[in-house]
Amino acid sequence: MEPRALGPPGLLALGVLGSLLALGAQAQLAAAGPEPALWPLPRAVQMSPRLLQLAPANFSIGHGPNSTAGPSCSLLQEAFRRYNEYIFGSYKMHQDLAKFQVGTQLQQLLVTIILESECNSFPSMSSDESYTLTVREPVASLKANKVWGALRGLETFSQLIYQDSYGTFTINEANIIDSPRFPHRGILIDTSRHYLPVKNILKTLDAMAFNKFNVLHWHIVDDQSFPYQSITFPELSNKGSYTLSHVYTPNDVSKVIEYARLRGIRVIPEFDTPGHTQSWGKGQKDLLTPCYKGQKQADSVGPINPMLNTTYTFLTMFFKEISKVFPDQLIHLGGDEVEFDCWASNPNIQNFMKKKGFGQDFTKLESFYVQKLLDIIASMNKGSIVWQEVFDNNNELQPGTIIQVWKLERYASELSQVTASGFPAILSAPWYLDLISYGEDWRKYYLVEPLNFQGSDKQKKLVLGGEACLWGEYVDATNLTPRLWPRASAVGERLWSDKTVRDLLGAYDRLSRHRCRMLRRGISAQPLFVGFCD
Amino acid sequence: MAGGALGLRLLLLAALCGVAAALWPWPRSVQGSPRRYCLGPAAFAFRHHAGSAAQPGCDVLDAAFARYRRLLFGAGPWPPPSLSGQHHESKDMLVVTVATAECNEFPTLESLENYTLTIDDDQCLLTADTIWGALRGLETFSQLVWTSAEGTFFINKTTIEDFPRFPHRGLLLDTSRHYLPLSSILDTLDVMAYNKLNVFHWHLVDDPSFPYDSITFPELARKGSYNPVTHIYTAQDVKEIIEYARLRGIRVLAEFDTPGHTLSWGPGIPGLLTPCYSGSRPSGDFGPVNPILNSTYEFMSLFFLEISSVFPDFYLHLGGDEVDFTCWKSNPDIQAFMKKRGFDDFRQLESFYIQMLLDIISAYNKGYVVWQEVFDNKVKVRPDTIVQVWREEKPVTYMQEVELVTKAGFRALLSAPWYLNRITYGPDWKAMYNVEPLDFEGSPEQKALVIGGEACMWGEWVDSTNLVPRLWPRGGAVAERLWSSNLTTDLDFAYKRLSHFRCELLRFISLLPVVISTTL
Repeated sequence: MEPRALGPPGLLALGVLGSLLALGAQAQLAAAGPEPALWPLPRAVQMSPRLLQLAPANFSIGHGPNSTAGPSCSLLQEAFRRYNEYIFGSYKMHQDLAKFQVGTQLQQLLVTIILESECNSFPSMSSDESYTLTVREPVASLKANKVWGALRGLETFSQLIYQDSYGTFTINEANIIDSPRFPHRGILIDTSRHYLPVKNILKTLDAMAFNKFNVLHWHIVDDQSFPYQSITFPELSNKGSYTLSHVYTPNDVSKVIEYARLRGIRVIPEFDTPGHTQSWGKGQKDLLTPCYKGQKQADSVGPINPMLNTTYTFLTMFFKEISKVFPDQLIHLGGDEVEFDCWASNPNIQNFMKKKGFGQDFTKLESFYVQKLLDIIASMNKGSIVWQEVFDNNNELQPGTIIQVWKLERYASELSQVTASGFPAILSAPWYLDLISYGEDWRKYYLVEPLNFQGSDKQKKLVLGGEACLWGEYVDATNLTPRLWPRASAVGERLWSDKTVRDLLGAYDRLSRHRCRMLRRGISAQPLFVGFCD
Repeated sequence: MAGGALGLRLLLLAALCGVAAALWPWPRSVQGSPRRYCLGPAAFAFRHHAGSAAQPGCDVLDAAFARYRRLLFGAGPWPPPSLSGQHHESKDMLVVTVATAECNEFPTLESLENYTLTIDDDQCLLTADTIWGALRGLETFSQLVWTSAEGTFFINKTTIEDFPRFPHRGLLLDTSRHYLPLSSILDTLDVMAYNKLNVFHWHLVDDPSFPYDSITFPELARKGSYNPVTHIYTAQDVKEIIEYARLRGIRVLAEFDTPGHTLSWGPGIPGLLTPCYSGSRPSGDFGPVNPILNSTYEFMSLFFLEISSVFPDFYLHLGGDEVDFTCWKSNPDIQAFMKKRGFDDFRQLESFYIQMLLDIISAYNKGYVVWQEVFDNKVKVRPDTIVQVWREEKPVTYMQEVELVTKAGFRALLSAPWYLNRITYGPDWKAMYNVEPLDFEGSPEQKALVIGGEACMWGEWVDSTNLVPRLWPRGGAVAERLWSSNLTTDLDFAYKRLSHFRCELLRFISLLPVVISTTL
């Protein structure tokens, strides 16, 4: 039946390896009982064999006396409540156990913010996410410069606690010093190919926090549908969404942004132009280029029409709204896969090309468009992210424009070229999670080394991080969560943990247990391999 | 082929009538019409025809009536009938008549599932030979009902005559690699019924865990399950699954795979598995069931006596796949036994075991299904054995294997191209849909021996978190291949209907509470 003995040798080897690992994991579970499974692995962990017990009724998370944040910091207050729930959650019935416990107890976790807390701010690329965690009897201490580090530390603290075989909540005395390797650790969701209900987006943000991701890259519109409800141009979604119930209202959007902020996650919206814009055309007349068949105008339209002033008037007004609605410093402008056929077919565009002296080089026309757009965005004091084609097509770009590398072929050399030109880069090419295959593909995501390209130290510093992308052609609310988790977790650790953390055996063991923890917290993460969760 | 072209044209014609968009799997013959009737949800009822062999009290049909009322109309409230526009004649009942009523019986491989559905000015009638056919017809009826923008329920004037191409249309679930909660299995049975699948092949146990809670040998699950409290199927669970399946016209084919794939049996039954040797000493590992001990067959007799009575279906699946000979080879007692018996090939030993087992099963008046290796290894089996073909390429391509199996006079089940657990990027349902199970060289008698096929969902990477979206709608492609005519092959037409059907499934599944369970 199941092709244990089938398939190419590579697959066979993987299968055998998988079985060994599974046996190992089981044996360990059976013999040693649950242990803390830290994911992603912190920078420095010192665990003492000394065990402390936590009694749900007699344990609390609170503000340290010297913290710059206090009970007025609702971001932390909410986080304390949330983590109390994650730690003890479904085990409330065991509260009485506390009375009978005799061992040494951990009574409190005190959270101290050292510098200005940023409690009411939005996280940014430069947000400090470092923290130190000291678990000692009777009070544990979590110290962070900013609330962002405190959020990461709370997650780690919650991962340290486990239930022993008698059900007692247990934690080892420990010292942890932690900070992320890359500042940009993102998940891309695509709400155009399929609409995702807001509750699924919020669930995704929860899971992201469990994996210390800090950027939701919201590919909100594309050819297929325009679910973003614009205040300035309501016709865009009135005409461009799948149905009127498949839209994100301003209220939905602000809910997502605030939910993300409370978890230290930035929301970067992508409004991809000039290609991938078919759905814009329905609600915004004359925005898209009419395509021609011979001398006649055809029924179809192409990319945004780059030669009309009205286009830039529209874009200015539209992105003015976007830059207000989305507080993040960055906007993703897309710029990928611009098809030149339609532009080439249109006589007006041809004339315009001639007038501008572009010849037959449509990349120059694209560049013309992109530069005007980048200027618009810069005038709003926002920074831009673009897909790699914008760089590849030799557009002149403002310094500081971030290039997202997505093409799998030769992505290392692409990183090398982008950074050699002095541009910051984000890596996605090896992490297209929508491209599924049979078996344990998380391993290959895990083994990617983002800085494994030719370049100086200065170039390597320009790599800001990466994103796992879950494009929506074959994904909607029915399969989003199990397809994303725990596969994206592999990327989460790669972007957070030290570059030397690459041991697959250890990772399998920790990730299996991390997956079960996500499951307990309400995320339907799929299994890594054969086995079960307690 | 002329018939093919004509068939296709008819299909497209039907597609244009709108009605067709909703049907999955596609029936044998559909005559649609733009004329439509409205259905009043408050008044609408399913009724037994006065001359039907089944009358109120026939639980299979009574339960189906209640189920389909709920699926069709929900619990209300319903908008008042639209007064605007033209007046439509209304239908307030579907009359069901069957020739024989096996209301308290179980469906079998031989059960007839044909039905005729007539919706016209004079009648709204479902006729079938058996209640099982009536169940299929009720499903089709429910797929014909559509809702206008105002929320009015309509059905078009339609005549459908339908019957399945193959009698065995199965789905395999694996509850050993990962335990599946009862609710996941019951939900799957519901969706199987929507797809007119009629066999739940339950691969209950395997190497990783033994969740079947045996009455005779409770140690099996106590020691062999992942968790003897939460990750087992009790006798009550099994009963519930069998009854839930029966009410939907689905057989439960239980698989207890031996002599390989049995590591989880070992802890509960000391001495059952072969001790492997490393040099001259036992290594501590175990291999397949030990075929040289009398105690093995005593155990099997008792165990399968229980299984034969717990599972009412005539057939049991005995596995027999992928027997690894290295452990047998390493064991000196096995070697001695081989010598004594004059065996020079371990396939002879496997054959010895399987024949002993088959004798046991035959004595309980059960038939059996085995994986293809039993046939490939030339084990002597009864002529009425069913061979399930699962290997895609080796020892021969799966179509050649079907040819060989049927040439030898055995009945065959096809699974090789339908391993749903294997995923690739993109619309892989198309390849599964395009499979033609009878596309092999063989006589008409050989082709008649292909009794159907099964979609398989092995559990290495599947549990209740991802089961549903991995199964559906991909399993639907297999379901249509096994039900509909061999001429129903147009991919565009299938895409339209399958997309529509998927959205219907979403509605059904969300009507039922559980989609994905997050607590295990």
